[in-house]
Amino acid sequence: MSMRTPLSRTKGLGSAKAGTGHFWWQRVTAFVNMVLGFFVVWTIVRLVGSDYDMTRVTMASPQVAIPFLLFVMSASYHMKIGMQVIIEDYVVSDGWKTILVILNIFYSILVALTCVFAILKISFGA
Amino acid sequence: MSTKSPVQRPLSPHLQVYRPLVNMVMSIFHRLTGVVLYFGMALLAWWLISVASGPENLEVVKAVMTSIPGRLVLFGLSWALIHHALGGIRHFIWDSGRGFEISAVNFLSWMTIAGSVILTFVVWTLSYYMRGAF
Repeated sequence: MSMRTPLSRTKGLGSAKAGTGHFWWQRVTAFVNMVLGFFVVWTIVRLVGSDYDMTRVTMASPQVAIPFLLFVMSASYHMKIGMQVIIEDYVVSDGWKTILVILNIFYSILVALTCVFAILKISFGA
Repeated sequence: MSTKSPVQRPLSPHLQVYRPLVNMVMSIFHRLTGVVLYFGMALLAWWLISVASGPENLEVVKAVMTSIPGRLVLFGLSWALIHHALGGIRHFIWDSGRGFEISAVNFLSWMTIAGSVILTFVVWTLSYYMRGAF
């Protein structure tokens, strides 16, 4: 006999109320990271040794800026989920677990926002 | 969720008592490289900000990153990225329900470490070659 309410069963989200959302997004972002990661690494390798103007012009072009924007957003979400799993696995104390999970979210958003801000600033040329 | 248990329950032994197996070591490496890349993303952010904020700032970042310790860090990060990506492909294969025979698990695990080392050297060799280093 199940102790679940019919509504809870229909929603299929389990006791954590989040279902398998993280599992799926970890894999969707992993795929995006692989595809765009090739481009990001290739672009960076090409830019090694370039002067400032060349670097700026390359990074400002939409063909580079848009994949970079998508990559940093996908990578930031991927690393947020991954680090949360690690924290939940290894941190025993409830207090520390809560604090670290929140700090992880702050760090991930900070990294994502910093990268997005920089790429847009480069592109719009302010 | 409470972590306190009123009863003393048996715990499984910590992983250091087991003989290291390649799939277990690659699993640990996958997590470890994930953590390394987590902090490595801050370097990408730093570089992007420097490009956005002027030639003097980019020169500082370039000086740090092309120094010997800087190159070692970037070399390590590039290996971590490639290793984590290959580990991801391995997980995609497992997600499809394939590759769970012991021989397949061991093969995929060896491919992860061998492939990541080889690909990292290929990327760096190409990178130096494109600069006309040799």
